[in-house]
Amino acid sequence: MREKAWTEIPIGGAIEEAGNAETYETGSWRTYRPIWNEETCIHCLRCWVACPDSSILVAEAKMTGIDYEHCKGCGICAFECPVDPKSIEMKLETDVDKS
Amino acid sequence: MGRRLILTGNDAAAEAMRQIDPDVVAAFPITPQTELMHKFAEHVADGDVKAEFVLVESEHSAMSATVGAAAAGARAMTATSANGLALMWEIVYIAASYRLPIVMPVVNRALSGPINIHCDHSDTMGCRDTGWIQLYSENAQEVYDNVIQAVRIAETPDVLLPVMVTFDGFILSHTAEVLDGLEDNVVKKWVGEYKPKYSLLDTDQPMTFGPLDLQDYYFEHKRQQVEAMRNARAAVKEVGKLFDELSGRSYDMLEAYRLDDAELVIMALGSTAGTTKVVIDELRAEGTAAGLLKIRCFRPFPELEIAESLKNAKAVAVLDRSVSFGAPGGPVHKEIRAALFGSSGVGLVNYIYGLGGRDVSMDHIRSVFKDLETIAVKGTPTDNIRFLGLRE
Repeated sequence: MREKAWTEIPIGGAIEEAGNAETYETGSWRTYRPIWNEETCIHCLRCWVACPDSSILVAEAKMTGIDYEHCKGCGICAFECPVDPKSIEMKLETDVDKS
Repeated sequence: MGRRLILTGNDAAAEAMRQIDPDVVAAFPITPQTELMHKFAEHVADGDVKAEFVLVESEHSAMSATVGAAAAGARAMTATSANGLALMWEIVYIAASYRLPIVMPVVNRALSGPINIHCDHSDTMGCRDTGWIQLYSENAQEVYDNVIQAVRIAETPDVLLPVMVTFDGFILSHTAEVLDGLEDNVVKKWVGEYKPKYSLLDTDQPMTFGPLDLQDYYFEHKRQQVEAMRNARAAVKEVGKLFDELSGRSYDMLEAYRLDDAELVIMALGSTAGTTKVVIDELRAEGTAAGLLKIRCFRPFPELEIAESLKNAKAVAVLDRSVSFGAPGGPVHKEIRAALFGSSGVGLVNYIYGLGGRDVSMDHIRSVFKDLETIAVKGTPTDNIRFLGLRE
């Protein structure tokens, strides 16, 4: 997306368009990445309820994955996951990149 | 149709606020501003105004509530002094950055420490880079007139910046003067109904104020503020002219007093400009070509007009009622020196004076003009940063 000049944007940092956070990718901020294990997931959707960035992908009442373009890696999903062992684990991005 | 009033500076500001009747006023008391909001609170209690009056627990909250109200689309005001302004600091920047046309009287008082309740300009001069427009007032009449004009300046569509109207603590805030007031309906009509550019309460246009603004757009938003401050020059002048048509009292960014043929010039802002005028009249009677160039609008700074106004001067003394520690002179002097950069060899000298309310007398002003006689001949002295009224 072309970044706009100062003459082309609303003043004061105001955002005139509702819901446009979807177009702002925040995934690069992440230090830890949630890794989802589909095998052990019980689809309770606690992670979906708790995620502050709407990054738990769900279809037909079942978890289908994680939106890494918006997930900031806060780890709430992994904390809330009730399964033992957890079906969401946080891993260092640097370790994930190596693998 | 005018009303002749006897008011203190604080009451003059409160009278202007009563007539403007903003939607929201948030307030926290601090000397010497306290009486201003006491008076406004009386108007609220008496039902003279419809304003929502929010009593908050600190100045940080006062400015926060004012910003919140302005973002919601309200015409919002607050007022403060010195340490109160310092406590607001974080939100003072935010008000300007969000382009909220808030009007805030600031009753100038020395910043602590040691603690002092009396006048100097360290509070508002410290705010000179916050992005607020700054109008300095010489007397109670100007306090009243500036507060009313500030609303229209702030709300000018290509400006949309907050305005501080400053006046000297105790010297103006607590002394009664005669002034001319406008009729209520005249002020109401002149300031008009506020139509905010954005409103958080506008459900037809859902929007966000104050989102994260990183390397990609923060710089562009600062550039917009630079442009708004440039546009404010024309707005201050235009609103001044319109106010003249309304009241017969004209306002510009600067005020020249017996300046046309003046060789020795003092530059000042606030109440000291008034003291200087009296001394100038005496010196003129004695045959000295003395004059004053008063700065009413410090932000935006009228550098071109200053250079033009001083082109015939031989020696200029800049009076600063605050210190910029470690800098080459007080904040006003530095900017005037920059404005005169490249101009003919006018002798320029800076006097830091009146800190913590130290009295500046007519004799002090006279001594400055006496110094200027020498500087007019010899040029800028090597000891160009001086202290007036200090025990050496």
